Amino acid sequence: MTAVLDVRDLDTSFVSPSGTIAALQGVSLTVNTGEILGLVGESGSGKSLTGFSINRLISPPGKVVGGQVLLHGQDVLTLGEEDMRQLRGRRIAMIFQDPMMTLNPVLRIETQMYDALSAHESITKTKARSRAIAALDEVGIPAPEDRLRSYPHQLSGGMRQRVAIAIALLHRPDLIIADEPTTALDVTIQGQILALVQRLCRDRGTALIWITHDLAVVAGIADRLAVMYAGRIVEIGGVDDVLDNPAHPYTRGLIDSVPARGTRGKRLNQIPGRMPALTDLPKGCAYAPRCPRATAACEAMPAIEPISDTCAVRCFHPLTGEAS
Amino acid sequence: MSLTSSVPIVAGSPRDLAKRFMSVPSAVIALAVFLGFCLLGFGAPLIAPQNPYDLRQVDILDSLLPPGSQSFTGMTYWLGTDGQGRDMLSAMLYGIRISLIVGLLSGFLALIFGTMVGLVAAYRRGWVDTLLMRIVDLQLSFPTILVALILLVILGRGVDKIIFALVVVQWAYFARTVRGVALVEGAREYVDAARGLRLGGLRILLGHILPNCLPTMLVVATMQMAMAISLEATLSFLGLGLPPTRPSLGLLIANGFDYLQSGRYWISVLPGLVLLAIIISANVLGDRLRDVLNPRL
Amino acid sequence: MAEFIIKRVLQALLVLLVMTVLVFFGVNVIGNPVYIFASSECDQACLTKIIADLGLDRPVWEQYLVFLGNLLQGDLGNSFTHGIPALSLIFERLPATLELAFAALVLALVIGLPLGMRAGLKPEAFSSRCIMAFSMIGFSLPVFWIGLIMILVFSVQLGWMPSIGRGDTVEVFGTEFSFLTLNGLHHLAMPAFTLSLIMMAMVIRLTRAGMREVLFADYIKFARANGIRERRILSTHVMKNILIPIVTVLGMEFGGVIAFAVVVESIFSWPGVGKMLIDAIGVLDRPLIVAYLIFVVFMFVILNLLVDILYSILDPRVRLGDSPT
Repeated sequence: MTAVLDVRDLDTSFVSPSGTIAALQGVSLTVNTGEILGLVGESGSGKSLTGFSINRLISPPGKVVGGQVLLHGQDVLTLGEEDMRQLRGRRIAMIFQDPMMTLNPVLRIETQMYDALSAHESITKTKARSRAIAALDEVGIPAPEDRLRSYPHQLSGGMRQRVAIAIALLHRPDLIIADEPTTALDVTIQGQILALVQRLCRDRGTALIWITHDLAVVAGIADRLAVMYAGRIVEIGGVDDVLDNPAHPYTRGLIDSVPARGTRGKRLNQIPGRMPALTDLPKGCAYAPRCPRATAACEAMPAIEPISDTCAVRCFHPLTGEAS
Repeated sequence: MSLTSSVPIVAGSPRDLAKRFMSVPSAVIALAVFLGFCLLGFGAPLIAPQNPYDLRQVDILDSLLPPGSQSFTGMTYWLGTDGQGRDMLSAMLYGIRISLIVGLLSGFLALIFGTMVGLVAAYRRGWVDTLLMRIVDLQLSFPTILVALILLVILGRGVDKIIFALVVVQWAYFARTVRGVALVEGAREYVDAARGLRLGGLRILLGHILPNCLPTMLVVATMQMAMAISLEATLSFLGLGLPPTRPSLGLLIANGFDYLQSGRYWISVLPGLVLLAIIISANVLGDRLRDVLNPRL
Repeated sequence: MAEFIIKRVLQALLVLLVMTVLVFFGVNVIGNPVYIFASSECDQACLTKIIADLGLDRPVWEQYLVFLGNLLQGDLGNSFTHGIPALSLIFERLPATLELAFAALVLALVIGLPLGMRAGLKPEAFSSRCIMAFSMIGFSLPVFWIGLIMILVFSVQLGWMPSIGRGDTVEVFGTEFSFLTLNGLHHLAMPAFTLSLIMMAMVIRLTRAGMREVLFADYIKFARANGIRERRILSTHVMKNILIPIVTVLGMEFGGVIAFAVVVESIFSWPGVGKMLIDAIGVLDRPLIVAYLIFVVFMFVILNLLVDILYSILDPRVRLGDSPT
């Protein structure tokens, strides 16, 4: 298995006249061919920002200030604008959260698909049409020829997301970054989309980063899992390893706070306190203020250390194999 | 203009707002320029070297003299004379006076009338509100100059007639904006509290809701004033509205138009520049006021 | 879509009917119709005859029906000074005004859109601030003042442009158009530019505001994520979204532009309906004035209707309704 994506020590900050805020610090992760990496964290943890940093679509005043993003060995951060543009859509594709907002409301589906196609290859309208129909068919849209002339608001939410996925897959990219693609959809549709994406990635060997705040979703689909907190990765490893034996107290807390069947009538577990704002990060481990295992040592920032062949954790006091 | 954009949530006491206003250079300049013209205009009878509408003071032999020329009586025509021999400086001072009077008076009347309509509509709700707002919408959908044109053609010339036309053209915008603010204010708790204290409807309207509408009214009034002055000038230029015995800046410009081709620019251009300064300063003033009173916009 | 159009047409007809009532009321009840329809040299006997002729001794509602009947047959009375039906006079002069108005519209868009886009893309740049200041000035300046200065600078001082009249015309489908000749364009340039400035200022402001809003929308991010070229994004993905409010506002203001054409035609002696009106006011040719007013109101309502229809074509959400399938 080769690494499609190798992110090393990525630093992203928001630079403004009143100061610089470090939003991502030392983010490192890898994704292999055909592998699905789940990137989990709460709002503000930096998971979406990581996705945008990889394809360099961060809105100003944010910018990547350090690190490397290697796509098949080539550092994407050093590329010029035009080279980067050619990469986007063709080798790195993206799926967003709300398909109503991501499809242009005044352009027909066929126009948007044609634009995505002709951005990277010269193609005739007829050929583009057949490619589009084939793509829509693959994502399970019935009667694709009729759908092409539609506008986004004429399609249901699930259908729109399928269209967005179809567009993402048009050029057979090496990597897809999916930013909470099912959060805005009904639960039943969610399941369909999950199954669809999983199948498509397996069939083509496309690497996928699935960004979400929902552990349950990621458990079903991911091969590996990375947990983010306050702009840093705090734990990363195989999905079963991390979920069955979480090493970081935060991961433990997340898992425990998901209501399970046997907990009816009991008080729901919550992690006390809140994730600190980026402007207010404590010195040292960001989770320490909320962590039951924190000690004086936690006033220094722990580095991310492997604890097995597949897992690594950023903690001075990792949990060791306690069953849930 | 959406409802939310016309509702100011005024953050700060009047003194804070005044301070904030004064800190913007363009606002201060605009205010100074506008007040300056007001002074000039209203002081015209005292300042002007000559009363250009008193025929005894005007000498036709002095006509069409360029700026800086001297008259036989030793008076300097600082800005030249027009086709009838009137001193341009004096004519312009009186012109400013009339232009401002018409603009400010019509704006004030439109404000009163429009505010009343807006408050009534907001307070009464129901069919009264719908009817009034339909009328307002109909009025607003017509271009202002068209409405003014129609009115003046039917009514003829005269100071009162042009003020009437300008009021008709302006009131609707006040009505709609004030109604919007009043509706929002009327839904606030302090109005319920006042009602709870059994204060009469009129008292609530005038004593509580109206003061909160004042910032919006101020902004709208400034911008409408600029529009009114501009419109009056245009109408006068076309020969409607003001009679030739009371020329505003617009009429002065029109009078001088025929002399442009022969190079005697000062008769038209100078009043034109003054008009420009008044309108731009009023517009900038309104813009800055809006910024200060509603920073979210 | 058909339902939408029919509804709008019915509304327009209703407004027109109301307007005829208002105009009739204004002219025949508030104004003195005898004086409006009699020339200034009429004596008593002549006046009595006119009163009888015009049926002014009949009840008001009957007069209104006669008025309406005449209107529907296209009879708006005869002009004093020209002696021919007012409506035919209007139609004769209308093409010149329309040509002017459309030229102004084209200029406003062709110059305003790029300037507004520039101001929207880089709002902090010096050029953008200049553009916004320019739009503020263009908005504040009275139209006649702009015309004045343009004549002064370009005609009197520099002698580049003619300041009077319309140039040579070419007949197309029975109507005279002057923009098809070089000389015609030369004469058209200054009046059209003068008239275009208000619209241009508005287009610049709206385009800039639209850009600020749309540029950060998710669907633009999506387009970029797909690697679509920036130029294509701006010209299609962004533009189609921005155009909707611009078209709406321009449509609403276009009526005002036609009204302002009166001023421009007056200054540049452009032989359109506006100049005709001013001349008519000058000689008190009242039937012509009344005819012009009725005609303009009529045109204005039709214009609003057209804009509504155009808007529905541009915004597919309005046209097709919300119907997820």
